[in-house]
Amino acid sequence: MTTTPAPQHSHQPFSQPAPVTPAGPPTWRASEQVMGMPISLALRGREAGTEAGHQAWREAVHELRWADQVFSTWKADSWISRLDRREVTLAECPAEVADVLDLGERARVSTGGRFDVQRFGRLDPTGVVKGWAVERAVRPLLELADTDLCLSAGGDMVCRVRDPQRPGWRIGIEDPADPSRVKVVLTLRDGALATSGLSRRGAHLVDPRTGAVPASLGSVTVVAESLTWADIDATAGFVADAAAPAWLTERDRRGVVIWRDGTVEPYGC
Amino acid sequence: MRCIVLTLLSTLTVVVLLFGYRTSTAGSLSASSDAATISGGTSSTDPGVSSDSSGAPPSNDSTDVPSAEPSESTGSDTGSDTGSDTGSDTGSGSSVSGTFTGEATMTRYGYVQVEITVESGEITEVSVPQYPAGDHHDVEINSYALPILIQETVDAQSADIDMVSGATVTSQGYIGSLQSAIDEANL
Repeated sequence: MTTTPAPQHSHQPFSQPAPVTPAGPPTWRASEQVMGMPISLALRGREAGTEAGHQAWREAVHELRWADQVFSTWKADSWISRLDRREVTLAECPAEVADVLDLGERARVSTGGRFDVQRFGRLDPTGVVKGWAVERAVRPLLELADTDLCLSAGGDMVCRVRDPQRPGWRIGIEDPADPSRVKVVLTLRDGALATSGLSRRGAHLVDPRTGAVPASLGSVTVVAESLTWADIDATAGFVADAAAPAWLTERDRRGVVIWRDGTVEPYGC
Repeated sequence: MRCIVLTLLSTLTVVVLLFGYRTSTAGSLSASSDAATISGGTSSTDPGVSSDSSGAPPSNDSTDVPSAEPSESTGSDTGSDTGSDTGSDTGSGSSVSGTFTGEATMTRYGYVQVEITVESGEITEVSVPQYPAGDHHDVEINSYALPILIQETVDAQSADIDMVSGATVTSQGYIGSLQSAIDEANL
């Protein structure tokens, strides 16, 4: 039953021959451990593997290390730890600290309290820092001309494809029941993607309002323009548990959830 | 329209491709929703039976070619099928192989076309040979396009993936992870 919709635009003739499937240029990769997690970069195109590409990668890593120095709750001498102990005032901290705390507050309000940087009475903006820091770190890489990139921090990433002829980045979403396997593949050309789920080390996500551990979800993957918000909403969506697809759709997000029983459900489309 | 849903049914695999566009531009979209369902390559255990259970058997008989040459299967359908239902007739290992090219589907921003490669019943590649492209506006909109491929659990190698996302990977968990394998292999 072929129901070809009536063309609404005429500039793209239906009979136009499809171009040959783009194979994509070789990918240059690099990885580093920063902020207690693996940072992985993939570059394709003009500056993949060039000195300019290397330099942009070094700058990105430098930016992430700086964010770690300022925001790590594991480092006693970080600004955020000293602020939490009231050894310094917010005004004495780098301006970015106020930015991040403000972002955390907006996340709390926006998610109806599903996301909260004040966990257990301690200041812990870790949940917003990662996305925020990666969005800053990716800037020098975005300046590379005619170069596609995918920068991942512990599985949350920013992707960009510069040439319409080149294929999107293929992102494999782990099977929550078996992290050595891929359950879903998403192709992302331009945007951010974050996944939240049960950690291999056990539950680390609880609803800050109730302390409940999500019971029916395996993982939540969110695609958004900004990694900061993809990250926040993946976390909050996971906490929302069974309500996640509806809640995220309402927030104009799209992506996929994997239920604990292995069922895959795309949402937001 | 906000989505094109393309479903490929084979004995082993179900694929759903979703093209989402930013909804800020979707407000004016008409309800001419045209989700296209591509059904291809049913197994040879039910020759002659056009892809069942969809309620709208494709008129194009090429969809019934079992385990034969790569065939183009079309068959559009407005029913937006989610991919949770596995092939109605599972069973012996499918030998469906080939490249299936979906019908180019008109979207607000131009034509979109999807092509998949199937080897022995498993989807090994999905590509989008025709994205809406052309004027600047199209390219901008295109940047938000999101095809989602849902496939049965596959090995990372056969999935041909660039990056891995999951519950946050820590440095300790990195060794032996899929992502570390990809980083090392420099695929």
